[in-house]
Parts: sequence; structure tokens; C-alpha cells
Amino acid sequence: MTTTQLPTTVRKKGVRPPDRPGRPRRREGAAWVFLSPWVLGACVLTLLPMAVSLYLSFTDYDLFSAPNWVGLRNYTQMFTEDPRYWRSVATTLMYVVIAVPLQLALALLVALALRNMKRGRGFYRSAFYAPSLLGASMSIALVWRAIFNDGGTVDNLLGTGGWVNRPGWALFAVALLTVWQFGAPMVIFLAGLQQIPGELYEAAEVDGASVWRRFLSITVPMLSPVIFFNLVLQTIQAFQVFTPAFAISAGKGGPADSTLFYTLYLYDRGFVASHMGYASAMAWVLLFAIGAVTAILFRTSRSWVFYASEGDR
Amino acid sequence: MTSTTSATPLLRKPVAWRRVALHAGCLAALLVMLYPLAWLLATSVKPADEVIASLDLLPSRLQWSNYETALDGVNDVSVGRLLGNSLLIAGGAVVGNVLSCSLAAYAFARLRFRFRGPLFAFMIATIMLPHHAVLIPQYIIFNQLGMVNTYWPLILPKFLATEAFFVFLIVQFMRGLPRELEEAARIDGCGPFRSFLSVILPLTRPALITTAIFTFIWTWNDFFTQLIYLFSPEKFTLTLALRSFVDASSTSAFGPMFAMSVIALLPIVLFFLAFQRFLVEGMANSGIKG
Repeated sequence: MTTTQLPTTVRKKGVRPPDRPGRPRRREGAAWVFLSPWVLGACVLTLLPMAVSLYLSFTDYDLFSAPNWVGLRNYTQMFTEDPRYWRSVATTLMYVVIAVPLQLALALLVALALRNMKRGRGFYRSAFYAPSLLGASMSIALVWRAIFNDGGTVDNLLGTGGWVNRPGWALFAVALLTVWQFGAPMVIFLAGLQQIPGELYEAAEVDGASVWRRFLSITVPMLSPVIFFNLVLQTIQAFQVFTPAFAISAGKGGPADSTLFYTLYLYDRGFVASHMGYASAMAWVLLFAIGAVTAILFRTSRSWVFYASEGDR
Repeated sequence: MTSTTSATPLLRKPVAWRRVALHAGCLAALLVMLYPLAWLLATSVKPADEVIASLDLLPSRLQWSNYETALDGVNDVSVGRLLGNSLLIAGGAVVGNVLSCSLAAYAFARLRFRFRGPLFAFMIATIMLPHHAVLIPQYIIFNQLGMVNTYWPLILPKFLATEAFFVFLIVQFMRGLPRELEEAARIDGCGPFRSFLSVILPLTRPALITTAIFTFIWTWNDFFTQLIYLFSPEKFTLTLALRSFVDASSTSAFGPMFAMSVIALLPIVLFFLAFQRFLVEGMANSGIKG
């Protein structure tokens, strides 16, 4: 943020401080006109709904009769009496822990491979990026279900049987679909790699550092802000995965609740079973969980994320 | 922002075989990755008896009738109608996002006002906010307004700059524009509205195009919101119509189902081919140059 507060003495009522060259101009009225759609949206579609959903999480509400205050019952029921809830938590956590690191590792590997490529880099970059856009669609989720089904390609190739109808395996099918979409973080890695000054590598090479050594001592530290950015972004997204789980399990989270992702269960409680209060409580726990994970990532980042140009950031 | 820094200079001239190996590896990876797409195309023209029974990727004969069945649509709603619905929603979202996000971004990037710092921080924080935390009350609000099962809940929020990601993207871009432009405009007598319209907005075009393309593709792919708000088959989008196939897993419906999947993917593929430059650059620039 570059906001510089003007000295208060100049900010007398009705006296507009003189515009200083090179600084944003103070135009209170105009600014609020520009901001008005956003302010309206932030109040009506973000802040108010957050307050309402917090309130609803302490009620029984089926959308038709008035909400009925039940205190903490939704939360206690969730934590102590609902094995399916814990199942959805475990499924989602396992998926995040498997899919995100694999996806980021692959993205970094391919970005490193493409970095020094002279010819064809643009082509590969676009081609590897394409699944990131297509993969979010229902179409590809349906393809995934068929390929990983009994008698599908994976079954034929590996003889493991279908993955999507075996409780221990269905999760991996969803995780692989996420890994397949490594193009988006790869593009960001590639842009980050191009910011690393080549002289660092030259100096390291003169000192006789091996490829691995250069990777660990130059690439990783210099790229750490970008690694961190991708890690936070992909983790937040992974917590909210929905479409592939819905497609693979026909919206039911099967087999044996093995693809009952958190958001799928939230949808099931709220919009199928009409327990809006319970679903709101689930949403707030998700909000807290994502907040907590992000906070932990930020906290640990102090020890491994390295900002080379702290000054001009 | 658009300037791409040149690649890290090569240190050693890589040996020829290493370069060949690199390309071979990349091509092999690409082939594996493209397999699901090839499978989709092949299956969409496979006769029903070959979908499961045959191990070949290529069909023995082309069954175009899959596409004829798909064009008839789902639940007596033609594909033309579904396509129109999808286009209407995606088009509305694009207009809404570009308009509202560029307005908000201009204020954050170029104007000074009270509470700018905290408001900007709040805007950034909403990028991380999971959709689900506001979903149910939003549904209740739209339900109270009688807007459930209409397109309003899918389009209206975009006119209120609720997708902070794009506000941020445009802010980042606008910050890179030189101040002198507006100062010159001001000397020529332009107010903030005029300099927004005539000076800043035209220069922000790359960021606006990125916003438009991403909004289109994300809205097109969006499933959750459509699933919640739309329930009359004639209001369905292509994505939602595909859902009707989710429950029906009989192999006889396989061909038409994937024919329809191809139709639903086509706009994204076309957008990607036409704008891949903007998309890739837009992704690369989406906030890492803080």
C-alpha cells in the first residue's frame, strides 16, 4: 500500500489539499461513485450474507418456516454425532494433502523443463495450460468417470479395476483430475523463474555448484514467493472442490462416502435435505478452516519465503 | 505488466541430445495429457456396442447419429436453447464483471478517498472467502426476491463487482500506467470520469480482455451455482443439462452424452485457441508481481 496520509492541518473542511504531482488525487465524491457497485455488492452480497449465515448456523431452518434458535446444537451434532461429517472432513483433507503437492511439484518440474527451451516453449506452455481451463467443466468430469470406471481405460491398462467404484480408490481419481490441471500454477512458476537474474546461476557455476545445488540454493529461495502464492491459491481452491466429486458419484459422494467431499456434503445437507442451519454451520467451519490453514501457511512462510527486493514491494 | 522479461540466459549450450530428450519428454507428457480429450472425441462418435466392449481408441465406424441425438437435447429442450441459455448467462457475466470491476479498480488504483487502505485490504480478503460462507443467505435473498429459477442470481452479482479477483487484476494493471497521462488530461479540463473513460480505460484494454475471457470460461464451466438456482429444464444451461446424464449411466446413452460434452466444451476450446496468448499472460500476471 502506498497511501500516504496528508498532514491533518491541511485537511480543513472545504479546503482541498493541493494536488501534488506524482500522487493520486483526492477526489472523495468521484471515488465513491466509482466504488458504488462494489460497495453495494460487498454489503448486500458479502457482509450481510456472512452475518446471516452466522446467525443461521445457530438455528434450525428449512427455508419455509421461520428459523428456530437452537444454540450450538448444529455444531455439537456435527462434531459428535455425525460420522458422515467427519468422513467428509477426512476425505477433503486427504485430497488436499495428496493433490496440491503433486500438482505443484509437477507444475514446477515442467516449468523448469520449459525455462531454457528456445524453440517450442510458447507451444508447450499453452498446451500444458489448456487442461486448467477445460478440466473445471462437467464434460471432463464425465470423461474422468468413464476412464476410471470398470472397463475404462485405466482398468484395461493397469488391471486395477475401476477406481471410481472402489471406496479406497475413488479419491485418487478426483486427485488425478486436479493434478492434470497443473498448467495454471506452471504458467505462474514460469513467469517467476524468468525474474531470477541469470548472473546468480553463472556465479554458482563458476563456484562449481551442481545442478541440484543450484536448484536448492538459488531457484527455490528466489522462487519461494511464487511457490508460496501458488500453494495458498491451490490449497484454498482444493478445499472447495465440487464438480468432479458430484459427477463421479452422481451427486451422492459414493462409493461408501469415499468421495463425499466437504462441499458435496454441505450441498447435500442444505439443498437436498433442507437443513440450511446445519449447512450454514458447516460453511462457517469451512471458513475457519481455510482461514486457519492460510494463517498457518503465512506464519510458516516467514521461515522459508525469501523476498529479494523487499524494498520495492 | 505486459512486458515479458527475457528468459534467463543460457549458461551452457545444452548438448544436442539433451535438447532432444527434453522435447521427447515434453511431447510424451503432452500425449498422456491429451489422452482424455482424444478419448472424448473418439467416444462421441462411437457406436453404442463399442463404447465399453472395444479397447480401441478409434471407433470402427463413425456414428454421427450420436450428435443428432445430442442436438435433440435433454428433457425436450433442444441444444440450441441450452446453448442460448449458456451464452446469455456467460455474456451477461462478462458485461457485468468488466463494467463493475473496472469501475472499482479505477477508484482503488487511481483515486484517493477515506478508508482506502482498509477497504482495499477487505477487497483482497474476499478473494480468499469461500463461496459457501455466503451461499445460503444469498440463496435466501434471491429466493425472497422471487429470483430463484431465473438468471438474475447468476448475472446480477457480477454487476456488483463481487469477483474481487478481477478487481485486483485490473488494479494491478492500472497501477502500472503513468500518472502524467491523467495530469495532462486534467490540464485539458478532464474530470475523473472523463479521464477514466477516455484515458485510463482504453489503456487498460489488455486487463479488461483477460477479465472478459476468464469470466466467460469460468461462468461457462460453473456448475454449483447453476445447480442451485436453476431447476426448470427449459432454463438449463449446457453444463446443467449434462447433469441429467450423470445419473443415467447406461452405456446406450454414452455416445450422445459425450457428443453433448463435446458441444459443451467447444466454446471453451474456441476461446482458448483464439485468446490463448491473453489467457496465459493474464494467468502469469495475476498478482505475482505484487
